[in-house]
Amino acid sequence: MSAALVAQRGAPPLRIQIKELARRSILRTIRQPAMIVPATLFPLILLAINAAGLESATNLPGFPTDSYLTFALAFAFLQAGVFAVMGTGQNLAEDTQSGFFNRMQLTPIRTSALVAGQLAGTLVLGLFQAASYIAVGLIAGGHIEAGLPGALVLIALATLITLAFGSIGLIAGIRASSPENVQGLFPVLFVFLFLSSMAMPRNLIETDWFREIATYNPVSYMIEGLRSLLITGWDAEALALGFGCAAAILAIALTIATISIKGRMART
Amino acid sequence: MEAATEAGAPRAGRADNGIEVSGLAREFKGGIRAVDGIDLEVRPGEIYGFLGPNGAGKSTTVHMLTTLLPPTAGSARVAGHDVATEGAQVRDAIGAALQEAALDPQLTANEHIRLQGALHGMSKRERTRRGAELIERVGLTDAADRKVAGYSGGMKRRLDLALALLHDPRVLFLDEPTTGLDIQSRTALWDEVAHLSRDEGVTVFLTTQYLEEADQLADRVGIIDRGKIVAEGTPAALKAEVGRPTVAVIPADPSERERAAELLAPFGELVPGTPNGAAARLSDGAEELANIVRAFDTGGVRVANVELHAPSLNDVFLAKTGRSLEGAQAEAAEEAGTGEQPALERSPA
Repeated sequence: MSAALVAQRGAPPLRIQIKELARRSILRTIRQPAMIVPATLFPLILLAINAAGLESATNLPGFPTDSYLTFALAFAFLQAGVFAVMGTGQNLAEDTQSGFFNRMQLTPIRTSALVAGQLAGTLVLGLFQAASYIAVGLIAGGHIEAGLPGALVLIALATLITLAFGSIGLIAGIRASSPENVQGLFPVLFVFLFLSSMAMPRNLIETDWFREIATYNPVSYMIEGLRSLLITGWDAEALALGFGCAAAILAIALTIATISIKGRMART
Repeated sequence: MEAATEAGAPRAGRADNGIEVSGLAREFKGGIRAVDGIDLEVRPGEIYGFLGPNGAGKSTTVHMLTTLLPPTAGSARVAGHDVATEGAQVRDAIGAALQEAALDPQLTANEHIRLQGALHGMSKRERTRRGAELIERVGLTDAADRKVAGYSGGMKRRLDLALALLHDPRVLFLDEPTTGLDIQSRTALWDEVAHLSRDEGVTVFLTTQYLEEADQLADRVGIIDRGKIVAEGTPAALKAEVGRPTVAVIPADPSERERAAELLAPFGELVPGTPNGAAARLSDGAEELANIVRAFDTGGVRVANVELHAPSLNDVFLAKTGRSLEGAQAEAAEEAGTGEQPALERSPA
């Protein structure tokens, strides 16, 4: 092969770059059971504990359902989002720490391909988690008021949420100097999740400051969007807010992640 | 292995695959000048050894030459292209295996080849053919479908080299490629690097902290210390510059170290770097050795060991910086406070 041929080769099309990086990201994810098993099981364990211990909450006047399991199921999808932050962030931080990021920088790679590729594994894991939670929820006696089409919309919203959180993970991963630093975000994110309507509908939260925070916390609207499909059926407002918040977080986080990665790719 | 050519004569390299560096500098936050205005020229097809202790500026230089780090002053052209303004063309012409084999432990060698080839715009057929050829050349055919997580350090380095060569680069950067490898893996890698330069005309810019590596492999050597090039030339010419051999005497009783230095002083210039004894660069050459032994006998100092050293690159380093390379390494580790390589060198970005 001549040098001229190398020069003629040029940068590959964006779709090829995305395809190959997505393939790597998916392989990397499915080959690490330690990334999949805790991220899928932990929300289910918490669901089981909550459903068993807080069933009496359904007796409160105004509680929207008589099944706490169905009510709490929505929260599992948000916890999956937290694991998406960790997984995506740690993978990217590992790439920068190990020098793999530099290896990719020495190819004609585009930032958008890198971002999309990194999120592919997160997307696949998110789909698997969403399907698992729905299956386990239904087997355990929960139900989806919106039926089968509702289950598909549920998966779509859960996937969007996972991608939004995954994009936050990209920001964390590119800014952290090590995967361990990304891990440090876990408790912060968990507190953020709990300060929402995850355990109780907002109108039933009696403590003012908690209700206030939950009202401003976009997590509440994403949970309520998911929950509407499980409990109410088709609630356009709840779905619009759920999808809207997830899409807004995705757009903002993806923009910041892209700028951060571009900045980190300080090649000339 | 006979890697170096005589007197650093360049081999028949492909046209326009040299490196020209002028006044290149990189200053980090806090005013730290990791690389402080270096000039060097690597001829097409040559193996250039860039020797220096940890923290000397080797990796920062490589990062600038491979376009991963913009210089703060000076200029550099690699394969005929300016690293600051023609980054894409430089990256197209170079291959690099940087410090630590940058591999994904979850992927196999073949999957790395596929990814790297695709990102370089190689067709499936091209990357399959070239990948298989390189995998065989680095002796990984049997392990090509195994996850990298199970590879030894030597196997990882060899795969790293194969990936750096996949798109047929004209200039190859190897940043401490043999650090941490056993002697067998090290020798195998040296053979491959020598083959690339000798038979394929690839220009090789090799950083190392191993004197032996630079001595055996490089056509020419640049010695860098604290961001500045302190010596440059063929290993033979550099050693000839230092000229005289050194004798080191270790007394049987460590408390007689100073007395040993007194006895050695009349035979030449005392040099540091022998913690348990004394060493001197001999004024009249190796024939003084018998007189030295007699002087110690007459002086009543029992000797545990006497070593005569022909001039080495370490002597060159010592002559140019006043420190041995080993001492400089220890100093760098102490400055880093960890006993390891300073963070600046490990992650210049």
